[in-house]
Amino acid sequence: MILFLLFMWWPTGAGQDVGRSCILVSIGGKNIMLDCGMHMGYNDERRFPDFTYITQSGTLNDHLDCVIISHFHLDHCGCLPYMTEMVGYDGPIYMTHPTKAICPILLEDYRKITVDRKGESQATFFTSQMIKDCMKKVVPVNLHQTVQVVILNIPQVDDELEIKAYYAGHVLGAAMFLIKVGSESVVYTGDYNMTPDRHLGAAWIDKCRPDLLITESTYATTIRDSKRCRERDFLKKVHETIEKGGKVLIPVFALGRAQELCILLETFWERMNIKAPIYFSTGLTEKANNYYRLFITWTNQKIRKTFVKRNMFEFKHIKAFDRSYIDNPGPMVVFATPGMLHAGLSLQVFKKWAPDSKNMVIMPGYCVAGTVGHKILNGIRKIEFENKKVLEVRMAVEYMSFSAHADAQGIMQLIRYCEPRNVMLVHGEGQKMDFLSKKITQEFGVQCFFPANGETVTIETNPNIPVDASLNLLKREASLTGPPDPKRPRVLHGALIMKENSLRLVSPSQAMRELGLKEHEIRFTSTVTIHDPQPSQGTVERLCTHLKGTLKDHSIQHMPDGSIMIDSVLIKVSGSSEEEETKDFLVSWPYEDEDLGSQLMTLLRKGLPRTVEA
Amino acid sequence: MNRSLISRSSMKPKVRERSWKPNLPPAAILSRGMHYGISGVPRGALWEGKMAAHLKKRAYEEFSHVIQEEVKPPKKLKLARKPSPEEVLDLSTAKTPQAAVQLLLKFSNNLPDESGAVEGAVRHLLEFWYKEKESYVRSKIAQLLGRLAHTPGFAAAALVDDLTSLLQAEDSHQVRAQLLDSLLQIGRGLPLHQDLHRKLVAIAQQFLTDTYHLVRSKCLELIGCLGTAGVAGKGDLAVERILADASHDQDPRVRTSALQAMLTLHQRGLKLSLGGYQQACAALTDDYEGVRLAAVKLIWVYSQLYPETMIPVPSSNEELRLVDDGFAKICNMVNDLTMTVRAEAAGLLGSLHRVSARFLEQTLDKKLMSHLRRKRTAHERAKEMYARGEWSTGKKWGDDAPKEEVDTDSISLIDSGACGAFVHGLEDEFLEVRSASVDSLCELASNNQTFAQQSLDFLVDMFNDEIEGVRLNSIRSLRKICRHVVLREDQLDTVLGALDDASKPIREALHELLCSCQQLSKACLNSTIHAMLRNLSKYPSDRLSIWRCMQQVGSHHADLVATLTPELLCAHPYFDATEPDMDDPAYIAILILVFNAAVSCPTLQPMFPEHTLRHYDYLRDSLTELVPQLKLEGHRSLMMSPERQRRPSLDDHGSFLQHILSRLGALPHMQHAAAVELLQMTIRDLERVGSLEPQLAATAACTAMYLHCHMLFRKALSDQLWAMPAALGAVQCATVRASVRQMLELTHQMEQLFLGLSSEEVGCVLQMRLKAHTLQLLVDLRGRQAGAKGTKTSSQLCELYLQRVTEVQSYLNSKKVQADSFTQALLAEMSMLESSKASLIAKYLLPLIQGHIPPAMEIGNCVRQARADIVEPSGESDNVQRFTAGLALAIDVDATLDNVTQAQDVLIQLKFPDGQSQLTSVRPADIHRLGPLRHRVLTQVYLSHQQWTEPCHVELGMVLPYSGRDQEDEEEGGAAASVIPLCKPVKVYILPTPTKR
Repeated sequence: MILFLLFMWWPTGAGQDVGRSCILVSIGGKNIMLDCGMHMGYNDERRFPDFTYITQSGTLNDHLDCVIISHFHLDHCGCLPYMTEMVGYDGPIYMTHPTKAICPILLEDYRKITVDRKGESQATFFTSQMIKDCMKKVVPVNLHQTVQVVILNIPQVDDELEIKAYYAGHVLGAAMFLIKVGSESVVYTGDYNMTPDRHLGAAWIDKCRPDLLITESTYATTIRDSKRCRERDFLKKVHETIEKGGKVLIPVFALGRAQELCILLETFWERMNIKAPIYFSTGLTEKANNYYRLFITWTNQKIRKTFVKRNMFEFKHIKAFDRSYIDNPGPMVVFATPGMLHAGLSLQVFKKWAPDSKNMVIMPGYCVAGTVGHKILNGIRKIEFENKKVLEVRMAVEYMSFSAHADAQGIMQLIRYCEPRNVMLVHGEGQKMDFLSKKITQEFGVQCFFPANGETVTIETNPNIPVDASLNLLKREASLTGPPDPKRPRVLHGALIMKENSLRLVSPSQAMRELGLKEHEIRFTSTVTIHDPQPSQGTVERLCTHLKGTLKDHSIQHMPDGSIMIDSVLIKVSGSSEEEETKDFLVSWPYEDEDLGSQLMTLLRKGLPRTVEA
Repeated sequence: MNRSLISRSSMKPKVRERSWKPNLPPAAILSRGMHYGISGVPRGALWEGKMAAHLKKRAYEEFSHVIQEEVKPPKKLKLARKPSPEEVLDLSTAKTPQAAVQLLLKFSNNLPDESGAVEGAVRHLLEFWYKEKESYVRSKIAQLLGRLAHTPGFAAAALVDDLTSLLQAEDSHQVRAQLLDSLLQIGRGLPLHQDLHRKLVAIAQQFLTDTYHLVRSKCLELIGCLGTAGVAGKGDLAVERILADASHDQDPRVRTSALQAMLTLHQRGLKLSLGGYQQACAALTDDYEGVRLAAVKLIWVYSQLYPETMIPVPSSNEELRLVDDGFAKICNMVNDLTMTVRAEAAGLLGSLHRVSARFLEQTLDKKLMSHLRRKRTAHERAKEMYARGEWSTGKKWGDDAPKEEVDTDSISLIDSGACGAFVHGLEDEFLEVRSASVDSLCELASNNQTFAQQSLDFLVDMFNDEIEGVRLNSIRSLRKICRHVVLREDQLDTVLGALDDASKPIREALHELLCSCQQLSKACLNSTIHAMLRNLSKYPSDRLSIWRCMQQVGSHHADLVATLTPELLCAHPYFDATEPDMDDPAYIAILILVFNAAVSCPTLQPMFPEHTLRHYDYLRDSLTELVPQLKLEGHRSLMMSPERQRRPSLDDHGSFLQHILSRLGALPHMQHAAAVELLQMTIRDLERVGSLEPQLAATAACTAMYLHCHMLFRKALSDQLWAMPAALGAVQCATVRASVRQMLELTHQMEQLFLGLSSEEVGCVLQMRLKAHTLQLLVDLRGRQAGAKGTKTSSQLCELYLQRVTEVQSYLNSKKVQADSFTQALLAEMSMLESSKASLIAKYLLPLIQGHIPPAMEIGNCVRQARADIVEPSGESDNVQRFTAGLALAIDVDATLDNVTQAQDVLIQLKFPDGQSQLTSVRPADIHRLGPLRHRVLTQVYLSHQQWTEPCHVELGMVLPYSGRDQEDEEEGGAAASVIPLCKPVKVYILPTPTKR
């Protein structure tokens, strides 16, 4: 029995919390870090995980076998340069190709905002060079490719530890990972989406039956309505506003949902033959779109099928935005960053368009309290800015949820697909996880954990222990009872020899020989008294016929010395007096034939049937 | 000839290489090499000359430098003679197993087809079998034996014993599997040999314990295909038992085969016993998709076989009908891991009609929840809004905020049973699954009204799918269930919103949907009409489809239209509005709607403004099929004077036609001049009848064509030139030739364009063509004497002619058609003609053709004429289509084909102003079948041309090609003559513009 350690940790706050991921798994003696995220809410050291949990000093090289990054969102990869370059780690980092391509863009952008804009000192934060160096340590993997993990500093792979990536939806390049050491395995989902959207397919995993499934649970208590209704609403609202000649502002973050909405609008424009322009603020998004164009195989069926004719990310109707377009007359749709209307271009556009009731703003995601986005979503119609200016919002304000996480049903679906022996919920809120874990236990009958931050969970596994069986033994067994049937277990006599890390199953006699032991036989002997007035010779004969009638599967021999042999069981008349009506029968059987022996005993105790004549 | 070439080249290979290699690119070498092989002599001579020159050159070169050249082996010429099978099959020549396989492969491409040869081959193969040690060679032989056994006339049953003994002696698993396969093939080929089948099944049973999966799979396949009910149903049971046991096999491929075999049993008409149901259910959770796929199908089969049997529900005392249980199980498979299984399951759901309503309604059920609170779906909200009579403001965030608390214990997160199967299926990632779900949903809904109403929301949602095929499918599906349901206002909104779709098929499907759709209220109708008008202005090419739709909407919703009429026609009780433009398609659409409503709503008529009534007359005449007959009181129009009010009926026209044709009885006895005059008149009458009565149009047209031929024939005969013994002049020849050509064209048209001609009538046409050919021959022969040019000699012409006569004769004989007097006379003289010289034939033929005037043809059946109507391009547009010269311009073509049996043969002909003509075939995918003998062509034609100075018209028409054999003989004519136009060409105005730099 092998123990199986797992913990997730964070300096402050609850572990059951959305917004950062960093899990350490110890499986079969290997240590693996799953995701290396950062917390967006803090600006001090609390934003990064506390690596002193692993080691107080020195690098992490001795303590980690590999790092796996599920996708490019900063709450899953934001801490990577810090960990590898500042704390020190030189081992392999695994991620998919799109993640490897897009991840550095986001990290660089994040670095720029933190260091250049907010003026943090260079010393406490990673540099561009560090991001580059960190990316050099990345080993990209393909979907469904089984990769044996590279061992640090040795040009050779670890033949025990292997990982395999599955498609996860969520964002471009998001993957779930199956980590396998020997017969033990863990699946880590990262963030995933079980319903397909306009640019990505649904998460998929095969029936891999891992010992543990670590799944996100952002929507542990939600079952969502069909995507199609939401999309239809969204398109209808946009279309109506455009038809009226109004302008639509959609504040988005640069990556992820933005591309989905672009595709959605682009195809709708194409389908409905609409001429009004759609603009997209340039910069980060343009760079990212290039990668979306490149990684067509990671997108959904429609885009994959049509890309020969036309790459869907080569937008026909969506053009780059220029600040001077804000005052252009006529209808238009503008995607602008950032998504919560707290700064930048989106706020600027919003200020210009808000007073006109023909216009509309659509918030496609959640807004943090305090932002303009949050205010207008809560129905505040007069917004005061820093310079005491009051802006009256007459434009329509809409909320559309376009989240790409699996809902409760999706999580259950995934569990059903991969049939894990244990489930662990992460990346969610405590109460909700409590509900879901109960449901999982109830529906699937598997154990479910939802550890708090910094908590360690130990899970017991039943690993398979391979044993070398002697061919002779198996052949003899097969010749006796036919070929094995994998559906049914079968009992086999043999001796297990455990010697120097190897397990062997051989026939008992061979084992004796090898070990130089002398064979001893254990026999059970018992006496049964039978009431029978006839001479013992007749009794034995009667008994023999009786046994032949009842025990048809065994060979029964009447020996010349008056005893009866049933396989290896011996029955003998031991009574001395010929005249007596009762006779004592000695029954003797070896330890191996305990079953037969006890069966005979019961038979004999019942006595001989009267109908049997000598 | 070829052989000599080879030897020559092999003598001087070096020289040959040098002689032309440096001058030619490799491709040219290849092609020249081929030429040598084909027509060696002339080029060979040339080549020799060149060679000499090169030799000379080389002699000089040798002095300056040494050229090391490898001697290349001579090029081998391949002889394309088919070797006989025996020759190939000499396996004893094969030294290695690889060579043997090569030989066998060659042989398999060229299997013998007479039973004698097959027998020899089989014997040879069997002999070789015992010598062969390599298993893969034996495997190939086994496969070949199976194929050879299929030869008709070969006694395959005899081979079974041989194969069986081979099988028993065989060690290799691969070969065993192949032998079993061959046995299966033989068994299949002999469906009536019950004894043989029993024997084969017994053999298969024996090999079921084989350790190799392929052998077991094949055994099961064989049992499935050949296992029979046997004697007294005993064998039946046994077979099923075997298969059931095998469905627990350790190998998934064998499990799949076992379930497949059960399906095969079912397909062969054997009734599966209920015992296998539980096994199939267990197989649903198999790890392997092939097994699950087969299991789903099997469950469906059981659900169809024993729908009413009660099945105990595990872990409870309840019982379920089997069809319900099966339905729930298949529904569960809509959530399967594999796409193929999901698609299959979603597709199978549709045909389980007997499932109870409770389970059916569950398929659309999905409980929403947000943070542990029950939430209503958008569908439910929309329904409530509608019930309350107010609309979602959409202004408030959290409009859809969750209300009631969910009981955490009672809620089940994972759907079990039929719950939400269609909800999942319709949201699937793959279009195959979505499409199958739409089909099934529609199928089930068309049998169950309440379910139809419930499924409406989901179907309407699918109008927004990202894949056009799925959208189209959902629109068509909704049309099918339309009679059960009424669209709510919000649903109608989505439907109408889709009218903006850029794809034409989608819009047309929507128009059809709106035709049959029940409108709920005046507001609904109003928005429908406005959506259609918007569609019309956005896509003017939709007008026909929209008009048809308006017609249906009008006649179905007369009362609702009545309430809207004043608004639609801008009629005002006191003020006269301006008269709308009569050519405006939108206005025509409104009028069609209103007029069709007015048929059943007499109160409408008084509301019509004066000009509407005038427009009615115009539309009634121009769009007869869309505008109904109205009894307009107090309205006197120019057209509808009382005496013309009564339209002559079909019978009147029929009798008129008869009357016209009866005049022709005396035709053979009339003088040429009088006959021609009568024919001209009759043809004119026929054309008029055709235009008045569409049902008789084809008959009239066909008769007219025949009479036209007749007239041409008469005219040609009446010429004075025949009387003169002298040779004909070129001018005279030309006129007769022109008539002949026209006659040939007309006869071909009659043969190709009309459906339903009896064999007598076709005989008539053929004989008329024979007469044309006779005339042609006469002209050719006599013209030749005058020294006219021609490629064929007189005797060749005569030969060809006689051949044609024989063809006509064989047709007449085969169809038992009475020949007319000319043909009879001709056939009587046939022997003489055959032995005569060309000049004599002419002498015989002339009196014959002059003496026997053909009778008029009477058409008994109601024939149909092949026809095309080009809707798009309309040919009326004055807009010039510009494109860069040398590049291609795509023209959208939308046409309807009527009575064309082979729609894929239809070509699109483009005629350019410079006389160029271009034929384009239509992709089969662009031809849509509308009904029997009715097709629609929706395609794009690409045209290209060099630069023009000004825009010109290009004619575009649909044509039918025909393979008249006389085409190849005709000296002039070319491609233009070998097609029959199906319609009048339309004009497209184009201008290739110069290339911009």
